[in-house]
Amino acid sequence: MIGIVDYGMGNVGSVESMINFLGYHKTKLVKSPEELRLVDKIVLPGVGSFDNGMGNIIHSGWLGELHHNVIEKHKPILGICLGMQLLMEKSEEGNQSGLGFVKGECKKFNFSNTSLKVPHMGWNQVKPIKTELCKEDSRFYFVHSYYVECDNKEDIMLETTYGIKFTSGISKDNIFGVQFHPEKSHKYGMKLMENFINL
Amino acid sequence: MLRPRIMPCLLLKDGSLVKTVKFDNPSYVGDAVNAIKIFNGKEVDELVLIDISKKDIPFDVIRNITRECFMPLCYGGSVRTIDDMRKLFQLGIEKIIVNTLLFEDRQTVEEAIKLFGSQSIVASVDIKKNFWGKDRIYRHSSKKTVDLTPIEYIKSLEELGVGEILLYSVDRDGTWEGMDTSIIKEVCKRSHLPVISCGGAGEIKDIQDSIISGSSGVALGSMCVYSKKNMGVLIRFPKQNEIDKIIRNYENM
Repeated sequence: MIGIVDYGMGNVGSVESMINFLGYHKTKLVKSPEELRLVDKIVLPGVGSFDNGMGNIIHSGWLGELHHNVIEKHKPILGICLGMQLLMEKSEEGNQSGLGFVKGECKKFNFSNTSLKVPHMGWNQVKPIKTELCKEDSRFYFVHSYYVECDNKEDIMLETTYGIKFTSGISKDNIFGVQFHPEKSHKYGMKLMENFINL
Repeated sequence: MLRPRIMPCLLLKDGSLVKTVKFDNPSYVGDAVNAIKIFNGKEVDELVLIDISKKDIPFDVIRNITRECFMPLCYGGSVRTIDDMRKLFQLGIEKIIVNTLLFEDRQTVEEAIKLFGSQSIVASVDIKKNFWGKDRIYRHSSKKTVDLTPIEYIKSLEELGVGEILLYSVDRDGTWEGMDTSIIKEVCKRSHLPVISCGGAGEIKDIQDSIISGSSGVALGSMCVYSKKNMGVLIRFPKQNEIDKIIRNYENM
């Protein structure tokens, strides 16, 4: 069973639709933290700001259960967009601490070249450094103003170039995150989602 | 390198797909859900959907679309409250276009930006030449231009914190006469926000001109729903190799 964490931060519907479309019907919108114990894989989606996301996670009591299921029970988790950023320790976007499952922080794109717009929005090329979820160069849909910087290079799964080379995917043991939106990336996203389901 | 996005811009009216000319005379061009599935099959970069019914948000139609379409969807039309927005995001809409709210209730837009992030809120900026031939902001509700230049207006939107501009030329809408590159150039030069330009594209070259003028995205109306000017309905989209070619031309400039 794949649990999609519904913590009030957006695009749960499209993630669920895609997993169902792939013919994998065992999805569950997880609306309360205890229900995480019923699933074996977790998707943490998210659209919105860092503090709002962490605020919702803290106030609705997700913190302990996420820690229990991901760190103690080693259930695979896939953070998408803001969901990936929340896996880190902190962000320049806010004051809240992140989940801290992966060491590093989120930084804001800051370009002196004004032809590079922020947010980084659109389709861009993704290059696998590690191939757990994405085996070959693919294009994915991005919408974000902040990017993840890992303390440990070995946690970098995917890379993308936008003004600078940045980390567009992370992986550390059972913990995965992608900055782009697989659920909005046609067949490329389906492939990635399928690879996560089949881990 | 980020690819400029080329996307269909589809208009919905009472559950059907329509196309306007200069924001007027909507003609029926087909079933919305079917058309959008076709564009999904063509793997378009993104899709803009605007409901012009001026009634309630057609959540049922949107649900039918998001269930099977795995591309970025941008929705506008009758969005009034934070609750409306939350519902749309939950259904799988990626970005919400606001227009009337920018005139009537900026506080809600500000709150939305705080809650959902600036990248989720697109400001639709409709531009029309006034009696003296000057570019001014156009309001649907009054069907009149207001005494604001595009740059003044867009600067206020930057301050508000929206993530993107949908720059729509009312005079070019449905005309196939090419896009208004002078206003696109001016806005792209003066604003740091990504601009999706819309209105007037009739051939591939128009898309290229708009990209060269600075557009981050180009939205196509008539070109996606008619076979040619004054000809029959045909759901279509420029071929990927045609798009690749204009993007290569642009990158090599």
